[in-house]
Amino acid sequence: MNSKLFNWIDERFNISPLIDFMKHKEVPVHKHSIWYYMGGVTLFLFIVQVLTGILLLLYYQPGVDSAYESVRFLMTKVNFGWLFRQIHGWAANMMIFFIFLHMFSVFFTRAYQKPRELTWITGMFLMFVAMGAGFSGYLLPWNELAFFATKVGTDITGAVPVVGNMMKVLLRGGEDVTGATLSRFYAFHVALIPAIMTLLLGLHLTFVQRQGMHEPDHFKKALKKKVIPFFPNFILRDALLWLIVINILLYLAVFFPWELGLKADAFAPAPDGIKPEWYFMFMFQTLKYIPAHVWFIEGEVLGVLGFGLIALIWVLVPFWEIKIKPGTKFRPMNVIGAIGVIYIIVLTVVGYMV
Amino acid sequence: MGISRKKFIDYILGGSLLGWLGSTLYPVLAYLKPPKVPEVNVNSVNAGMLTDFSINSSKILKFGRIPVILIRKDSGELRAFEATCTHLDCIVQYKRDEKQIYCACHNGRYDLHGLNISGPPPRPLVQFDVNVIRDEIVVSKPKPV
Repeated sequence: MNSKLFNWIDERFNISPLIDFMKHKEVPVHKHSIWYYMGGVTLFLFIVQVLTGILLLLYYQPGVDSAYESVRFLMTKVNFGWLFRQIHGWAANMMIFFIFLHMFSVFFTRAYQKPRELTWITGMFLMFVAMGAGFSGYLLPWNELAFFATKVGTDITGAVPVVGNMMKVLLRGGEDVTGATLSRFYAFHVALIPAIMTLLLGLHLTFVQRQGMHEPDHFKKALKKKVIPFFPNFILRDALLWLIVINILLYLAVFFPWELGLKADAFAPAPDGIKPEWYFMFMFQTLKYIPAHVWFIEGEVLGVLGFGLIALIWVLVPFWEIKIKPGTKFRPMNVIGAIGVIYIIVLTVVGYMV
Repeated sequence: MGISRKKFIDYILGGSLLGWLGSTLYPVLAYLKPPKVPEVNVNSVNAGMLTDFSINSSKILKFGRIPVILIRKDSGELRAFEATCTHLDCIVQYKRDEKQIYCACHNGRYDLHGLNISGPPPRPLVQFDVNVIRDEIVVSKPKPV
């Protein structure tokens, strides 16, 4: 019966080559193999976000008079509403965390090198869009912390020379953060960003499948290469890891819930100890250290231009990487990567301690 | 002489494509730009009775769409400033113990003249005029110099 159905489909869509491809695809096994799973976990968390996001949409009502109230209703009255919101919040954070792990593991194993330049670039854009998803989703409950985070975050775009103010007004839907901003962020968060992410993800995964797994230098040189089939061995290991991740996710969602806090008030002072989400913390903390004026440039303009420039350089890594002669011990790219990781970790920790 | 027939067709088609893109994108971009909403022009607001406003305290007033912080100093003197931090748009608060205006977002500090004294704020806060008329506090827009 199964083969009949298979033949029926195969006759029409010629899927045999695809099955053959899956059968022959192999994944290298070596000391850094663990990093091959980070992208898969990120993909899994993205799927969790889409599913829980759809569930939240059934009760969420955008608008300054209804957003906060509908989230409170969801948390207190709807069966398991609290659970799905907590999973959505935690999975968002874990997704960004695994994107960081995935990105730095690709960086340190040089997997961005030719022929995978575009895989790296689509990955970087996926990260920016994911951070945009986090930023826009943060505002939707319309609470005090989200309100000020959005004020600061959108005001920073205003510091970009020439087009900054126009961008700020386009993002906010006006001069200030108001109900118009909430409507826009809602549209970005539930329609525009998921669409862009799905498109980029499709490209990213197609590239990965076409080119196969990257082999690190030491593995390329090995005489006997240990590999496992992608299907079913690698997929099953992936599935096991996903199972572990969903357990961690549920544990966090149940025991460390995110507070809803107070409703946003446009005429109340920013509360003490206000902090952005952790993945913006190192940038937020840097802004605190830049003085009001550096030479003739305003501090925040300098911060924005600085981070913009660093992001651009990072995206273009495959095209400027410092190559070393074989046998050289000193690896400048590792030093650059390590400085980046240390900077992010130290400023994030400091941000939470102060 | 001149351009070939093929080039000519390329220019015509390429030009039409650009025209088509422009006429499609322009309405979308124009749509994204929010229309100007008419604002009520507020020149002064009533901030309540002086007797109800204790010494060394503050409150935030709605001045149209602008938040204004009104502070009553230890000496009883009243001062008012635009409450929006000049750094990144957060709303400032009065620190009673430090006698300073403070922004919690990035640790910006201003003295009670509105002058930015530490942290990232690049400019002082705009000062508003305060008058007490028959025990009633009236905050008004600073007069243009």
